[in-house]
Amino acid sequence: MEDMIFYDRMQFAFTITFHYLFPQLTMGLSLMIVYFKWKFLRTKIDKYNDAAKFWMKIFALNFAMGVVTGIPMEFQFGTNWAKFSELTGGIIGQTLAMEGMFSFFLESSFLGLFLFGEKLLGQKLHFLTGFLVFLGSWASGYLIIATHSWMQFPVGYEILENGKFVLTNFSALFSNPWLMPAYLHNQFASIITSSFVVAAIGAFYLLNNKHNDFGKLFVKTGVIFGLISSVLVAFPTGDWTAKNVAKHQPVTFAAMEGIFETEEGGSEIVLIGQPDMENKKLDNKIAVPNVLSFLTYQNWNAEIKGLNEFDESVHPTNVPGLYYSYHIMVGLGTIFIGLMGIAALQLYRKKLYKTKWVLWSLLFMLPFPYIANTTGWYTAELGRQPWLVYNLLKTSEGISPTVSSGNTLFTLLGFIGLYLLLALLFLMLAGKIINKGPETSNQ
Amino acid sequence: MLTVYIILDGYDFGAGIIHLFFAKKEKDKKAITNAIGPFWDANEVWLIAAGGVLFFAFPTLYASSFSGFYLPLIMILWLLIFRAVGLELRGQVHNKLWQLVWDKAFGIASLLLALFFGIALGNVVRGVNLGMVTDGSSTHEAHYFFLPLWNPTFSPTTEHLGIIDWFTILLGLVAVVALTIHGANWIIFKTNSDLNHKLKKTIFKLNLLLLVLVIISLSIWHIIEPNPFHNFIEYPWFWIFPIITFIGLFGLFKVKSFKRDGLGFLFSSLFLFGGLTTTVASIFPKLLPSTNTVNPSLTVYNVAAHEYGLSVGVYWFVIATILVAIYMFVQYRVFKGKMDDVGYGEH
Repeated sequence: MEDMIFYDRMQFAFTITFHYLFPQLTMGLSLMIVYFKWKFLRTKIDKYNDAAKFWMKIFALNFAMGVVTGIPMEFQFGTNWAKFSELTGGIIGQTLAMEGMFSFFLESSFLGLFLFGEKLLGQKLHFLTGFLVFLGSWASGYLIIATHSWMQFPVGYEILENGKFVLTNFSALFSNPWLMPAYLHNQFASIITSSFVVAAIGAFYLLNNKHNDFGKLFVKTGVIFGLISSVLVAFPTGDWTAKNVAKHQPVTFAAMEGIFETEEGGSEIVLIGQPDMENKKLDNKIAVPNVLSFLTYQNWNAEIKGLNEFDESVHPTNVPGLYYSYHIMVGLGTIFIGLMGIAALQLYRKKLYKTKWVLWSLLFMLPFPYIANTTGWYTAELGRQPWLVYNLLKTSEGISPTVSSGNTLFTLLGFIGLYLLLALLFLMLAGKIINKGPETSNQ
Repeated sequence: MLTVYIILDGYDFGAGIIHLFFAKKEKDKKAITNAIGPFWDANEVWLIAAGGVLFFAFPTLYASSFSGFYLPLIMILWLLIFRAVGLELRGQVHNKLWQLVWDKAFGIASLLLALFFGIALGNVVRGVNLGMVTDGSSTHEAHYFFLPLWNPTFSPTTEHLGIIDWFTILLGLVAVVALTIHGANWIIFKTNSDLNHKLKKTIFKLNLLLLVLVIISLSIWHIIEPNPFHNFIEYPWFWIFPIITFIGLFGLFKVKSFKRDGLGFLFSSLFLFGGLTTTVASIFPKLLPSTNTVNPSLTVYNVAAHEYGLSVGVYWFVIATILVAIYMFVQYRVFKGKMDDVGYGEH
């Protein structure tokens, strides 16, 4: 039984982590492509259209990866989490089915038109198809986060005698107080990924002294989008999200912040330290007094309950994992604001394209938004454990009763092998597109 | 929705099979990928959407069948990934070996997918050991089961069933042949390739084979379902489904004399639609029959979601369906006619 739960969790964690490397770029990038295309329509400068077309190639490759790794996600609810699906399908099936019906059809139909239809459609309609692809990908994110929010903070349901959750209020799924902060937080994080990617490729061209015009455009656009989104992801959206956790999941909040003891007169904010679960304390910590109380309740002395005050049975399953995920996300987020701030300053002083160390930093920062997004999701998911539906349904009660651990390990190994191959192919092809660079049109 | 999916992605699979066996020249291969290029991913969305709708409308059936058919479903996912990768990547590197590898990956994955979908249909008709009954008592909850890929006897009538037995393999072959014809029709419809003339002859021959396979399947059906006609006696209007099937099947014999290239595709769509609906009609109201006497079959009535959820679902589903119809109209209108010049896979 323990093995079954373990392999089911590993497979879901592995496949979703790999999957989400792609949508986080496509959601943000679609917005930036729409921006380039819009700039082109307004200014009629070909450079913008060429930029849009170049990023479309990267987008298409990413999107294809997102689709092929996304189908297994939907299947796995049934294959590995059958009991969960049976009990809650009447509710989360709604939002997941809506994602398929409303956003996937929109995205995939218009992506084909966007990629192959420029000549057939004319510029204005071509812009419209790009916009619809953007809309589809953002709608998809919205419905997934609506599903996620229901699992974190169940609303609009009733539990029948046989244990089944039934929907009693459809609109409650969308007015869930968890939904909007989490959605905006996630979308800005996705714009961060795309801005850093765009800026990094721009920096790569400038440092290579290749495609300099595009290099400048990409760095500039990336830095502007990047600074705005890095700030907004922390404040107000990150702040709202954290306050939701503090209010509705206090034990999770204590664990992710690394607060073991309740402190009289206000809690410190932990910057660095290692949770010692055996002795229930934090080792080697560096912390600033009272700041956590202030950030959470705007009161320097507000009380925040420590982890040790809660019964161990309700502790998150993996406290150190949760704590590290959260701190890596927050730490990286702070670095993003700093770097983008400096880059924006240099841009304003018209020195950015010559400031080598900033360009190098932008280039090397490329993988880190992916890490921040991933650890952000780990914070949300590990924070919910040991529950599938918070306080109502345990993870151990959700697995497929008839699928043996050996079978799950078999498919997990298969996924690992297949996804490694996909990752190699993706990097090779993306590298090829990037190395070739944008093409200038002769129109 | 599953029927729509099979008709749409079916031509993709069929085109892949044609690609594997009949396309020798680079030009022919290009023609085939152009014909399905802009459509395949939207077609695959039908699978996701159908899965989603199954999830919310029949959660118990979704949970039971997805966990019970665990191994083949995960393998279908792997094949879908291979197929997509093959199709998308072959044009990215201009190297003969590279293209050869991805051509084969695309073709073989298409062939296996067609086979698997036929086998899946066979499993649904034959039924499964719900509750995993051994010696007269359930070892799991009444609506759960798990099937290995095969049992040593490959027999569809033992207590310990497998996914693959001689009956499901037979339906798998029917699916392979039917989808190959379907794919060939789509290529004829959407391209001016040199292959088209040859494909028409192939369709004629394959259609003979299909007729033989259908007759064999029907003649042994009674081993699986002793009383296959009971629904057609009870609801006489159900006869419309087999009639559609045979219109499709016999219409295809006239493929060589068709003036309009789309007609063949219409007839093979009718055959697929008729075949699937006939199968569903023959087991109705069952959705997944039980092969033991201890636990009842899963039916339309005992696996549906709660009333309120279903009734809101109907509202947004209707709205979404209208939107989807609009998208498809726009998409097929922009890419109407022959697809030879799209240059798919060269971006």
